[in-house]
Amino acid sequence: MQSPILPILALLPLAAAILLLFLPAAKRNLIRGIALGTSIVTLVFSFIAFFAYDTAAAGYQFQVSAEWLPALGIGFHMGADGIGVAMILMAGLVVFSGVMVSWRVEDRPREFFAFLLFLASSVFGVFASLDLFQLFIFFEMAVFPKYLMIVMWGYPKTKEYGGMKLTLYLFLGSMVALIGVLAMYFGSGLHTFDMVALEKAGFGLEFQRLWFPFVFIGFGVLGGIFPFHSWAPDGHVAAPTAVSMLLAGVEMKVGVFAALRAGLMLMPDGMRAWAPLILVLATINVVYGAFIAMIQKDFKYVIGFSSVSHMGLVFIGFATLTPEGLTGAGLQMFSHGIMTALFFAVVGMVYDRAHTRNLNELGGLFKYMPIAMLGFVVGGLVSMGMPGFSGFIAEIPIYMGAWKTVPLVAIISALSIVITAAYILLVVRRVFFGETPEPIKAGLSDITIMDKIVVVMLSLVMIIIGVFPSVIVPVIESGVKHILVLVGGA
Amino acid sequence: MSINSLLWLIPVPPLVGFILIALIAYRSNRASHSIALLGAGLSFLASMAVVIKAVATHDLGSDPFTSSINWLPTGATWLRIGVLADPLTTVMLFFVAITILMIFIYSIGYHNYGQPVGKHDRPGLPPEGAEVTEHGKVHKVPSIEPMYAKFFALLSLFAFAMYLLVVSDSLLMLYIGWEIMGFCSYFLIGFWYGKESARKAGIKAFITTRIGDVFMLLGMVALYSATGTLNFHDIFSNHETMEMLAGTVSPVFGWNWSTLIGILLFCGTIGKSAQFPLHVWLPDAMEGPTPVSAMIHAATMVSAGVYMSIRVFPIMSAGWEPGGALTTPMVVMAAIGTFTALFTSTIALAQNDIKRVLAYSTISQLGYMLAALGIGAYVAAVFHLMTHAFFKALLFLASGSVIHGMEHGVLHTGKHIDPQDMRNMGGLRKKMPATFWTFLAGGLALSGFPIITAGFWSKDEILSGAFASHQVLIFVVLAVSALFTAFYTARQLTLVFLGNPRTTAAEHASESKKVMTLPLVVLSIFAIAIGWVGIPKAFPVLGKLSPAWFQDFVGSMLAYEVHEEAHSYIPLLVSILVSLGGLLLGWLVYRKYNTAEERDPLHKSLGGVFTFLQNKYKVDELYQKVFIDPSLWIADKVVYQFLDLKIIDGFLHGVAAISVWLGNLLRYKFDVPVVNGGGDGLAKTTRGTGWLLHKQQTGKVQQYLTISIGITVIAGLIILMLVISV
Repeated sequence: MQSPILPILALLPLAAAILLLFLPAAKRNLIRGIALGTSIVTLVFSFIAFFAYDTAAAGYQFQVSAEWLPALGIGFHMGADGIGVAMILMAGLVVFSGVMVSWRVEDRPREFFAFLLFLASSVFGVFASLDLFQLFIFFEMAVFPKYLMIVMWGYPKTKEYGGMKLTLYLFLGSMVALIGVLAMYFGSGLHTFDMVALEKAGFGLEFQRLWFPFVFIGFGVLGGIFPFHSWAPDGHVAAPTAVSMLLAGVEMKVGVFAALRAGLMLMPDGMRAWAPLILVLATINVVYGAFIAMIQKDFKYVIGFSSVSHMGLVFIGFATLTPEGLTGAGLQMFSHGIMTALFFAVVGMVYDRAHTRNLNELGGLFKYMPIAMLGFVVGGLVSMGMPGFSGFIAEIPIYMGAWKTVPLVAIISALSIVITAAYILLVVRRVFFGETPEPIKAGLSDITIMDKIVVVMLSLVMIIIGVFPSVIVPVIESGVKHILVLVGGA
Repeated sequence: MSINSLLWLIPVPPLVGFILIALIAYRSNRASHSIALLGAGLSFLASMAVVIKAVATHDLGSDPFTSSINWLPTGATWLRIGVLADPLTTVMLFFVAITILMIFIYSIGYHNYGQPVGKHDRPGLPPEGAEVTEHGKVHKVPSIEPMYAKFFALLSLFAFAMYLLVVSDSLLMLYIGWEIMGFCSYFLIGFWYGKESARKAGIKAFITTRIGDVFMLLGMVALYSATGTLNFHDIFSNHETMEMLAGTVSPVFGWNWSTLIGILLFCGTIGKSAQFPLHVWLPDAMEGPTPVSAMIHAATMVSAGVYMSIRVFPIMSAGWEPGGALTTPMVVMAAIGTFTALFTSTIALAQNDIKRVLAYSTISQLGYMLAALGIGAYVAAVFHLMTHAFFKALLFLASGSVIHGMEHGVLHTGKHIDPQDMRNMGGLRKKMPATFWTFLAGGLALSGFPIITAGFWSKDEILSGAFASHQVLIFVVLAVSALFTAFYTARQLTLVFLGNPRTTAAEHASESKKVMTLPLVVLSIFAIAIGWVGIPKAFPVLGKLSPAWFQDFVGSMLAYEVHEEAHSYIPLLVSILVSLGGLLLGWLVYRKYNTAEERDPLHKSLGGVFTFLQNKYKVDELYQKVFIDPSLWIADKVVYQFLDLKIIDGFLHGVAAISVWLGNLLRYKFDVPVVNGGGDGLAKTTRGTGWLLHKQQTGKVQQYLTISIGITVIAGLIILMLVISV
């Protein structure tokens, strides 16, 4: 049975983006309305995908396939497993939020929303792809809107540097990954890019050892793996709010998702062989990102580096190859996506009003935008792994998995919890409490109703998952079970 | 309703209260405190019902009330959360419910309910007082706290977390309550967030306890990976599991699992109960309003730290038998507890702030309990935990009442002196009789005044325990700190209440309202009488009258029989001697202290040592120099500036520079002279890219689109060619 859910998610935003570009630029409200409408439709469909997913049956569901270039073994094949639908839901929430907080963009809104939807199409496409070639195309599709949005709407001082750095890193990363992908295509002897088929290809150990790092690290660059993380803080900071939300929230997950799908799942023996290195790199990610976040003076850089730190936990979860670690990694991908989108949304709200992100020039915003502060505090609680919030649900299994594999990794990465608490509380104190400096007072006002909807919605998602983890854990676990079958033994 | 379902309901009312106040009732002070009181009251009633039922139940230790549900799926199994009521829970519920309710009532008066709103009062700062005109004269009177409703909301959330922790049947739910409390504590310490010192104290408390929490979390992770469960009963009542924990080597340091887990979990207690070396946060936490100090930093949250260690004592003591050699976690616990008890009691000698004396005293008393637990005196630790909660909550609330009275005097006289500095007080017994008598009851209990106070019985139990298990060093150190405790208590009582007023503010101090003094009276009854449930059987005369009920009740928790050691009179005499001696000495030294400007008598005799004590052994400064400054320096200079910006980004920029250089090289050294404008190599592409990028900033969207589509098509073609050509 062909289900239309995934193609709609991947192609509707693209269609809407093209439609927008044909509209007269002056019709701003129509443009915004179409963008919002599209994001609501994708949100609804992402909810449908998530809740209609049958965890008892597990496996790839909502599959759609069609022939595309059969001569090359390239097909159009969509489908999602438990981790996929969780990512789709997360992307749906973040895309909707991104459109909402961008409502007041006055500079060329037509192009802005068109590119945003273009980006949305790319991420949904990756999460829904079961064909490696198709995944790669969707993956690459994101480069243009990302780059263009950063240089056109980004932070004037660093947009060119940040945009270029991001593009170069990601371009090189995907080139390396492409080499690995092609190696698998030719190495399998199956003459197909279909991942479901490639899962059964049974690559030899030597083959996997050689090609695994190409795919995993290549895609992992977009996930911010050390030492290829440095595009992330600069890119996030340079980007306009909605793009930061999508970049750190969704795009980084696109990177680890592709690394999971094409790397870990297709070459599990390669993962096992390289796991020690990945564990080391990921542990560095966790501590290193937290350390640097602690001494940043720029509000947005704090969050940018915190993403580097938190994504390290995802890689740790992968590299443990244990049920706990993988489940935790999936949960962390979801939780961090929502959390960091909320963070960047609040940073944007603050910056739009105070026109500075320097922590020393901010203060006392609690009085002006209490809801924004509450949202930031909720995000902070998630990021420091406070029980009752989604971060705890994600981190506990990761530490358990790490403890089973290498206890030292668990110990070192758990220490980052303290550093995280330190920089989050410091930011809360500097930005929201204390005296409001005179220079920023003039511009301060409460956030708009649309901003509030976003803040409350994202906060609630993280609380609901924290209090009732069973809404999402079984879905992720059904995906993890399949991975464990591929991994075997572990 | 069954006891099991009642247990589930105990934490709920304060949570509902919190939500109601936060969402709806926050505009009305009256509605807010009514909801909060109702919540605390309902939890109190439910707790008492459980306590009464539990006390009447036989074999509660081996067959407690439990019930649990699935919460977090983990592969094949679920992490379950559930409730449990055994004798230990019962004792906790008993004192937690009473102290919380009393503190809720007291807070109404403390935050000046019913007083006018101050003209200059701002949220985030303590109220400064309001002016009222009475009989044509302008008076300055206390004004209501501007964030009155918010206070009760946070206090309710805190109460929820504490109850959750107490009724929990597993480390998981305990940890949840533990962390929520930590967070409430952060907010309540920083309640007057307009004060920089309060904000800093909140952060300091949160981060310092969090260091302990991380190790505790790792302990939980280790426990779960070793046993597959975090449920207390499942672990402790399973002999195979316990033997495995005691006998199997873990992957860390070659320790046994029980040693490793025991020490990791104990780190959580060190943070939460403010034991050395993580004790630094608790004194600063006194920045919070006094009910917060009483509830969180004396009676409940810091007690929860000790409670957790008591709860997991079977793991810490796995493989130990009474009379045998102590296990490593027990040694660590005894050492840290004993040292902290002495260390902080000496600091308390030299403090002038009425609340800081009590703060150090709290740390010291918590050290007592841990020392007791460390030498295996399980029942004594629980006993002291309970009596201490009552008398320390009492002392804090009474000190809040004193501060209130002093603030009244300050408002009246208009002279700005520190109302918390004991040197400014004196003679308050006449001005504030109810506060005086209740404070006295608390003070005597703290110093272990013989026979009549609860503190005597529990402290004696600890000293006898140390003596009976032949821990001479611990016995001596604890006895010396008991002497110091009695001494600083006498100092405090003398400076605050006895003699003559040393300032005009003290002269005009006035007694607090009934809503504040009534909880004091209730708590002082417990501070005196609760000790009588645990008079040892061997105690002369009284031991025959009272059946040592507490020892039997809590003792049923233990897997082994508690042997009644032959009762020795030495610890009894020692505890009477240090208590009375300390009190007498303190009174003798301080009764002649007459003016606020005078140097402290101890300062005269001890000199520099006194200043060193007053500066808390400069531990804060040491930590700043040894831990905080270096880690900030490493984070900034080494990790960020050097590694990230110089090495990693430097590498990237280097590659970029080399590419440009290569491009130029090709262009001018190869392309131009050799090919002479023939082929357009890399150099031109580089330049072309630059041109394209430059063009993009001109703002013409059509160009971007053309470029984008162009690049897409070209990239697609390249990929296709790659695929086809091979």
